[in-house]
This record gives sequence, C-alpha cells and structure tokens, in this order.
Amino acid sequence: MTFINVPGLAGKLYVPDGRPPGSKKHPCRDCFGCQQCSDDRCSLCRSETMAAAGRGYDRGKPMRDGKRNINYASTVTVREILPTVPQAISSETCCGPPPPPASSSNERPGYRLLPFVAGFIDTPAGPVPRVATALTPADRIGAAAVRCGIGRNRCAIAPGLYAVGAASADSPVLVTANYKLTFDTLRRELAGVDAWVLVLDTRGVNVWCAAGKNLFSHDEIALRVQRTRLEQVVRHRRLILPQLAATGVSARQVRKKSGFEVVWGPVRAGDIQDFLRNGMQAEQAMRRVTFTFGERLVLVPVELSFLPKPTAVILAALFFLSGIGGGIFSFDAAWARGLSAAAAYAAGVFAGAVATPVLLPWIPGCAFALKGALAGTAVGALLIFFLRTGLHAAELPALLVLAAAVSSYLAMNFTGSTPFTSPSGVEKEMRRAIPLQAAALLVFVLAWVGSAFAG
Amino acid sequence: MRYLPGVTTLALDADACVGCGVCALVCPHGSVRMQDGKAEIADRDGCMECGACARNCATGAIRVTPGVGCAAYIIKKWIKGKNAAACGDVNCC
Repeated sequence: MTFINVPGLAGKLYVPDGRPPGSKKHPCRDCFGCQQCSDDRCSLCRSETMAAAGRGYDRGKPMRDGKRNINYASTVTVREILPTVPQAISSETCCGPPPPPASSSNERPGYRLLPFVAGFIDTPAGPVPRVATALTPADRIGAAAVRCGIGRNRCAIAPGLYAVGAASADSPVLVTANYKLTFDTLRRELAGVDAWVLVLDTRGVNVWCAAGKNLFSHDEIALRVQRTRLEQVVRHRRLILPQLAATGVSARQVRKKSGFEVVWGPVRAGDIQDFLRNGMQAEQAMRRVTFTFGERLVLVPVELSFLPKPTAVILAALFFLSGIGGGIFSFDAAWARGLSAAAAYAAGVFAGAVATPVLLPWIPGCAFALKGALAGTAVGALLIFFLRTGLHAAELPALLVLAAAVSSYLAMNFTGSTPFTSPSGVEKEMRRAIPLQAAALLVFVLAWVGSAFAG
Repeated sequence: MRYLPGVTTLALDADACVGCGVCALVCPHGSVRMQDGKAEIADRDGCMECGACARNCATGAIRVTPGVGCAAYIIKKWIKGKNAAACGDVNCC
C-alpha cells in the first residue's frame, strides 16, 4: 500500500499495488485507482470540465422525493483538493491591458487547438473533438485560395475520430477523407445532426480521387477503426461511406477486416441529412454524379494555376520566333509581332482552359480536343478580326492555327477534372489528337516565320 | 453529358451474377441496373471505368479495367512508364 505526493494536491494520493496507471476511465490526476464506477461518480469532480467543454452533463436522475441520487456534500470535498488555477494579479502593479483568459484544459503541449473544434466529448476511448458545423470566414478564404491552386497540396487535417452535435454511443458514423475542403463540406451539412465523423488518412486528397489512388481503402478504414477504438465509442457496428469511395473500398473487406458493416451513403454531402432521415435510403438522384455549370466553373482557377511555368517558356519562344526575318533577327519585330503571337496564345488559353470547361455541354463534339479546337478557332477568329489591320495576310491564319492548337491541348487536359471521361476514351482521343496538335504547331511556326520573309 | 462511345472495358458475366445489386447501387452513372434479380448493363457508353462495381462484386461477374480518365496522367505514363507516373503529385488532381 503506497501513498505518494502529487504537486498541486493537498495530502497524499493512494496508489493501489499492481494496478498500472492507464487503466483509468478519465485522466484524473487525483486518482490512481479507478474502479470503473458509473459516470455519476465520475461526474462529481468532472462535471466542471464537462460544462467547460460546452456539453451539459446528466448528474443523475431525480429520485422520487425530488432529490438527486448524488451527495452534493462530497462534490464540494472533492473539488477542494483539486489544484486551483492561479488568478492574475488584480492590483495595478504592471503595465498594459488585462491579460487574456487562462489556457483551456483541452490544450496539450506541442499541439494547437484548431479553430473548428468547439469542445470535446468524453468517450471510453478518450476525449473526441466536437467540431463546429458553421464555417468561419477563415475557412472560406482558405478554400478560395486552394481553389486557385495555393496550398492545394498541404490541405490535410489530422485523421481520426471527430464528433458533431451531441454524438452518443448510438449515433451514426460517417467516414470521410482528410482533405480540408472535403471535411468542411461534410461538417457544414451536419448542422443539427448528432454523429461521429471518422476521418481517414487520404493524404489530403478528396474522397473520389483518394479512392482511385487506393488511399481511401478498406485497409485504411480497418486501420483507422482500430486506432480510434471505435468499437468502444459506439454500440452499433455500422459505417456510412460516401458512395464514390466504392472505387477503392470493398464493403466485404471492410466487414472482414474491421467487423463493421458498410452502408453506402449518397454521393454528395448535401444529401446526407435526407439520407439519415429516410432510414439510410438514398434516392436515385443522390446516387448520380453531376457536372453542373457551377461545378465546372470552380475548376477554372485551378486549371489556370497549372499554366504560369509553361507559359513563360512558350512566350519566350514566341517572341524569339517573331524576331526571325529577312534581317536575320530584329528586336523591333520580336516585340511587335511577338505581341500578336502572345495575344493568339492568350486566346487559346482562354478558349481551352476557361471557355471549354464552362461551356462544355454546348460545344459540339464528344472528344475534348475537338471541343477545344472549335472553341480556340472561335476565340482566335474574334481576335484576328480586331488585329486584322496591323497584320500581313499570311499571318492571320497562322495565329488562328496557334489559338486552336493551344486550346485543343488544354481542353484535352481538362478530361482529368471531369467526372465522366473514361481512361479508355481519353487514351483513344489522345492518340488521334496529339499528332494533329503537333502538326498544327508546326504549321504555325512555318507560316509565322515564313510570313516575316514574305513581308 | 456524354463521352466517346464504344470504348469502355466494362463486361458482365450474367451467369456468374448472384443478384446482390451492389454494382447497380455504387455506379455513379447508372450504367448498371438490376433486372429480374440480375445485373444488366443499362448504359454502356455512360461508363467511366471508375471500377466501383468490379471492386464490390463478390463473384467477379462484373469486370472493368479501372483507371483515371486524365490526359495529363496518360502523357506522364507514356513518357515515364506506368510505375513512375504518379497521379496526384504536385500540380495534379
């Protein structure tokens, strides 16, 4: 039988023999001998912490005579032996404004409490962060930056278990990816829902792409279920997965490896509340992928964010080609004609990376390279209409060919951002389109340099 | 929205199908449907070869060569070879 001194505690603490620390229900520092009593007893000293975490705590059901089955006198005694938080000195002995509040009990050395964590829920597997369902301006600004390609590959949150609302042992478990935009989209749709969110380590990649890369996989689910000790948190054995994860997840393997059943949820997080209300049944519309105007529009900035590097090389080449002529090389011509060529390139970029994605269903053709070539020809024609007076007759078709070729190539590359192009189709299209695009580029170079000699 | 017709590698062996219906459930384009307790290819050209159906078919009745319909990835595959071409590195989806 041992009694030890604990800094900050009055008196000595009883440590039972042979019981390893760690088998406690809660990390109480004034207890070494957890007897796994009911939560009522734990709440005697822990209720303060619970209230601070923003969650009401049931302090025992009222008994018939109106009294509660908790001895309040003992609550006071237990609290008295807890160390008190030192108060800031109130007298005006120092300069500056009053100090900010004391640090929260949820802070840990070396970790930062993220802004979307609104509190913690205590579970048999330890405290689980409860996340807010409302997005902050910082979340939105971050999302806008990522949509423009800034910090897009460093946009992951820590994998593990999170909670929404007042999640309990019977609440559903939703599985998702650890791409911050994916996580934000899901929690935004969970206002008013009590649920657990199991976030997998998909290396900051969204659900569908991660499933395609085998990052959102049954093995990862089994690992995460085990690491979070999910079976101690919930009484049921059911995981709700986004439908698009089916590309990487075999439901049978999840059951075999983790003991949890898979329920295939809707494609979009926006349908999750209807899905839960309908007894986990998804209507057909919830099971289909869409590619609406808005969904295409948000992809445009990322398409453009890939371009600065190749554009620098291409512009240098265009200005160089433009200077070649009868007098071997002319800097005046390089600048004047180079600007026209750069304008045709810009027209191609606009047609291929902006107009084609946005107007996709209305541009004729199935192959993206064809759609891009048509869009590039149209935008290029508009450009040379405005440039026509300052240019030689042979230069106009050359610029048109350049705009069409650039647009065709960029539109072809947009296939990777769409939710309906098959790899077999893309490969077939590329085998036809790339030789034509290369030939068009050659035609442009010959016509452009040739017209300088002709002029 | 439609893509090139007649290219998909989607194939169904009706005899091996046990009619569990998972393929029809997970297909994001409605390319597979259930008919008289068996899976049936309803819209072959709508298939984008994502592989969800084949991944979840218990008997291997439905098969597809899954992959990413992405030109940038295919170009990398042609240049660097299949293993070196990483889908999803910097400047990709």
